[in-house]
Amino acid sequence: MKALSIKNLSKTYRNGMQALKEINLDVEQGDFFALLGPNGAGKSTTIGVITSLVTKSTGSIQVFDTDLDSDAEQAKSYIGLVPQEFNFNGFEQVKHILVAQAGYYGMPASQAEPRADELLKQLGLWEKRDTPSRSLSGGMKRRLMIARALVHNPRLLILDEPTAGVDIELRRSMWTFLRKINAEGTTIILTTHYLEEAESLCRNIAIIDKGQIIENTDMKSLLNRLDKETFVLDLKKPLLDTFELDGFDYQQIDNTTIEIEIHRGESLNSVFEQLTSKGIEVTSMKNKVNRLEELFLNLVEKSE
Amino acid sequence: MTPSRHQRHWVAFSTLLNREIRRFFRIWPQTILPPAITMTLYFIIFGNLIGSRIGEMGGFTYMEYIVPGIIMMAVINNAYSNVASSFFSAKFQNHIEELIVAPIPNYLILAGYVAGGTARGLCVGLIVTLVSLFFTHLPVEHIFITISMVFLSAVLFALGGFINAIYARSFDEIAIIPTFILTPLTYLGGVFYSIDLLPEVWQHISMLNPILYMVNAFRYGMLGISDIPIMAAFSIIVLFIAALTAYALYLLKKGTGLRN
Repeated sequence: MKALSIKNLSKTYRNGMQALKEINLDVEQGDFFALLGPNGAGKSTTIGVITSLVTKSTGSIQVFDTDLDSDAEQAKSYIGLVPQEFNFNGFEQVKHILVAQAGYYGMPASQAEPRADELLKQLGLWEKRDTPSRSLSGGMKRRLMIARALVHNPRLLILDEPTAGVDIELRRSMWTFLRKINAEGTTIILTTHYLEEAESLCRNIAIIDKGQIIENTDMKSLLNRLDKETFVLDLKKPLLDTFELDGFDYQQIDNTTIEIEIHRGESLNSVFEQLTSKGIEVTSMKNKVNRLEELFLNLVEKSE
Repeated sequence: MTPSRHQRHWVAFSTLLNREIRRFFRIWPQTILPPAITMTLYFIIFGNLIGSRIGEMGGFTYMEYIVPGIIMMAVINNAYSNVASSFFSAKFQNHIEELIVAPIPNYLILAGYVAGGTARGLCVGLIVTLVSLFFTHLPVEHIFITISMVFLSAVLFALGGFINAIYARSFDEIAIIPTFILTPLTYLGGVFYSIDLLPEVWQHISMLNPILYMVNAFRYGMLGISDIPIMAAFSIIVLFIAALTAYALYLLKKGTGLRN
């Protein structure tokens, strides 16, 4: 079953700006799906239309086979949204926000209260349950938005840049949490600017640019398309002179760092054999940029 | 057991209403206290100090005569401003999105906010009524008319506040209608005088003021006297409620001020 099916979706704003141009997109039930694109590409508009925050111009959307136009109530009940911007009442207490949100989905307080308690504990907000939300730190506000989106047990969770401005430690703990709820059966759609995040979490991916889907595939096959990768090698001892590497281009960054381009099909073993024969010892190696980032930039450049 | 659609709707409505009631009680120094103080001043100044020199009006002391109007004025203003400020704040802070993404039909969003505004209007009205008992005796001639008129008036002005908040783009814009329309209409709506005292032309003009009908019908419920026919008052208020409800639902469906 498809968790989300978008057909020929277009959106033209009143100022004439065409944000979406007949996009088609399917997300399978249980998927962890990345929707990527540069700023202004149409990601947030797409999410806005799915969640009824933006009125579409044409097209149709089905959520778990329920049409958003003909049975909006049922379709909306499947969705939980974590928006990009904080959007809760700053004067309301943390737990009230969760219980009220569950109430809007028809969950009575007798069920909503224990569910809110459970989420507050899981997301490390239990101690803050009686605090007005405006007093929370940025990271806590992000977690509160995740808790609020999950309080009615949605089958489809949509996260619009959930880790923007979040420190690395919290980001990692959010990843763990999201992986857990995905493993438990929640379908997740994620937009993010951290391509490392998408690569690490998502199984399938769509890239949107200028209101059109320019790529829609699984993460593995997309990464396999990468023609070349650049590796950064840290050397144990400073280089005293330049040297030749047969079949490879390298660039010396400083006297203990080099960058080497490896094309698809080439072996890294050959590089290490040559370096070893020249008495050059490597202490560490990493990708210069995230692989997905490299592909993303290629695809977006091509579409221009 | 999965709750039925009606049960879910009831939970959603009562959640919204509870949140609204909790909101105005949480900020009671801004919502409950000021009208109580203002209306007490009206009783002291207009009722006691000036009223004692005015004498009788319609066969009642001036204090007795103005109490129904002052109660109604408090109800109208508070029902209106509660919805206007609460709904506009929800827009301003974007937490209206909590409702837009949720499976709540538009009529329930409207009903929740209007019920919240009505609750505050009636709550303040009750406080003002209790305060008035320190100054005068309050008869209630027709209990059904008294209760239904105060309730319908609160609903009507809560609807007005909702529409104002939908269109408003700044906090200034939710103050314009109360300041430049609601307050003059209330003062010219027969709160402090009988329209019989006005020249004939102004009596006719006054008949165009809907608040005149509410104040007089409410006064009729309490004192048994009115400048206008009671059925006309009920008809007009029901008609206005129907028209404003239809218009508010139309705006919600269209997404005016809420959706891109």
